Amino acid sequence: MTEEAIVDAVRKAFPEGVTIGGVAPRRIFARADRAIIYKLCEFLKNQLKFDHVSCVTGVDRIDRFQVVYHLSSYENRCVLEITVDIPRDDPEIDSISPLWGGANWHERETYDMFGIRFKNHPRLERIFLPEDTQFFPFRKDFKLGRQ
Amino acid sequence: MAEMWINMGPQHPMTHGLWNLRVKVDGETIVDAEPVVGYLHRGWEKLVENRMYPQIIPLSDRLCYGASMSWSHLYCLTIEELMDVEVPERAEYIRVIVLELQRIASHLMWLAAYGTDLGLLTGFVYAMRERELFLDLLQSVSGARMTYNYMRIGGVRNDLPPNFERDCLRTLDYFEKKLDEYEQIYDGSDIFLMRTQDIGYLKPADAINLGVTGPTLRGSGVKIDIRKHDPYSVYDELDWDICTHPDCDCYARYRVRMDEMRMSCHIIREAFKKMPDGPVRVKVPRNAPKRTAFARVEDPRGEGLMYVIGDGTDRPFRLKVRSPIFVTVSAVPIMLKGYKVADVPAIMGSVDMCLGETDR
Amino acid sequence: MRATGVKRAVDKITTPIWSWSLRNSIFPLHFGIACCALEMAASSAPRWDAERFGIVYRSSPRQCDVLLVNGWVTTKLRPDLRRLYEQMPEPKWVIAMGECAISGGPWYDSHTVVQGVDTFIPVDIYIPGCPPRPEALLDGFLKLQDKIRASTKGRFLED
Repeated sequence: MTEEAIVDAVRKAFPEGVTIGGVAPRRIFARADRAIIYKLCEFLKNQLKFDHVSCVTGVDRIDRFQVVYHLSSYENRCVLEITVDIPRDDPEIDSISPLWGGANWHERETYDMFGIRFKNHPRLERIFLPEDTQFFPFRKDFKLGRQ
Repeated sequence: MAEMWINMGPQHPMTHGLWNLRVKVDGETIVDAEPVVGYLHRGWEKLVENRMYPQIIPLSDRLCYGASMSWSHLYCLTIEELMDVEVPERAEYIRVIVLELQRIASHLMWLAAYGTDLGLLTGFVYAMRERELFLDLLQSVSGARMTYNYMRIGGVRNDLPPNFERDCLRTLDYFEKKLDEYEQIYDGSDIFLMRTQDIGYLKPADAINLGVTGPTLRGSGVKIDIRKHDPYSVYDELDWDICTHPDCDCYARYRVRMDEMRMSCHIIREAFKKMPDGPVRVKVPRNAPKRTAFARVEDPRGEGLMYVIGDGTDRPFRLKVRSPIFVTVSAVPIMLKGYKVADVPAIMGSVDMCLGETDR
Repeated sequence: MRATGVKRAVDKITTPIWSWSLRNSIFPLHFGIACCALEMAASSAPRWDAERFGIVYRSSPRQCDVLLVNGWVTTKLRPDLRRLYEQMPEPKWVIAMGECAISGGPWYDSHTVVQGVDTFIPVDIYIPGCPPRPEALLDGFLKLQDKIRASTKGRFLED
């Protein structure tokens, strides 16, 4: 499938909630709503053969959080970047690790660093920092020592 | 029999680096396993938000010290993507050459460590001896033994030194003969074969679903290599092949890495044949535009990805590193289940751990 | 026995022997943390061959007399490293290898990295470099030999 065919299929299946930001060779950029992310990922995995999660990460945009997914398809040879905005006072989103086991630790790391909670995650605990840490270090309001 | 959890690590000869493997054993059999990482976490992604773009290059060398060239290359590639910089062709060829030299050095380090894991000390001594040759080559290019600081945004720091091509080709000729010798040592050892064959089975479907990449994935028979799959630099202009092995066990991963070393020698020869003359570096802007970019490369250990957000200043707003071993470690329980405790070093050695990039 | 002249005389004769054997059989702990661990491995590889100085890496802290800290120490690791140090039998020495172990190095503003191992265990030898070359590591071990020689001369083992 070419990038355009993937974009058309996504647009057809999700007329609302997904905006395609741009298409480049082997790259698709999209934005999605928080509510449909699990359904979107399920569709991508089962219908469009996106079989590999490259990366799941969080971003602190100061006024809001973002969760960025990089999904890649081995067969279609393309990477899909999905950006999801979530409000800062309610950082919660559906987990995609039931779909791809590879997303499990990425989501744990995002929780550890940003405090973004992933619903239905099998084990949402701190991964890098000690269990008793009281802060989320990658948030922008956490300042480093000599900053 | 009662089951119990035992800790292997943080100080354990099995751990290459610093991490802790908790295994649940029923007698000698592993029922469940749980890797604990984070002992090397220094908040890399947060630290670089305080550094200017060129200042991050030496720090990205220290992400994975076994393969520092490929990590600084990934960083430079990402920032070039962000700033829309076109790299001169000669620089791209130099990059391919040093990256492949680094891949051989990294695989040799793995081979040496795997030898000590499995009681094959001769393998350690031989592989470390040949690794020094490649470190010498990289040192003649960059001036440092391990953390090179050689890649630059928009090219490389300096051109290749005089006579580098001659030295490099001579080393490769010598090394390929030595590679045959290693194969005789390793494949000729019954102990090595018994401890690796049919150990650490990872189904291809599991490997893809768990996000495992690199030689571990190719050892499961999946023919995926980002260098071919999503080509960067000049890999698509060179003639080479992806090395795979269908056995899905530790021996297959060993086989894939040995073949990759041969293939790297081939790629370096090809690159020297096609290398043009010209500049090796272009000027780049100081400030990045307000946009996001990402790039991915095939590190010696798997797929590396960096995602950067520029905010118009000379420092990144956010820089995310996707490390291949971080994801591979999360797949380790599947590989370990059902085997004996004595197989843990064989299985964990075969995924080529590097904790600097895992914990970041 | 402790204060008698006989003990002093015996110590005077045996101390150089102890010192010589301690110097020439340095057993560091086989404990790799970060980048410098690869240089530690390279120093015991054929080109440098640390074993000719009697430097043999052992995996159990109970069999070691040198703790080689080769890398940054994070807050998660600190209690474990302290315990490793305390598990080692006396006499013991600590070598801080590389910038990170000496002072935090490039991670000077990190929220997890401890700014130098000497903040929680006493350090005898500092080897600067990022990472130090294997020659520098061997030089550090030779400095440690000098230190052992100097510290055992002219005093009694039980003091």
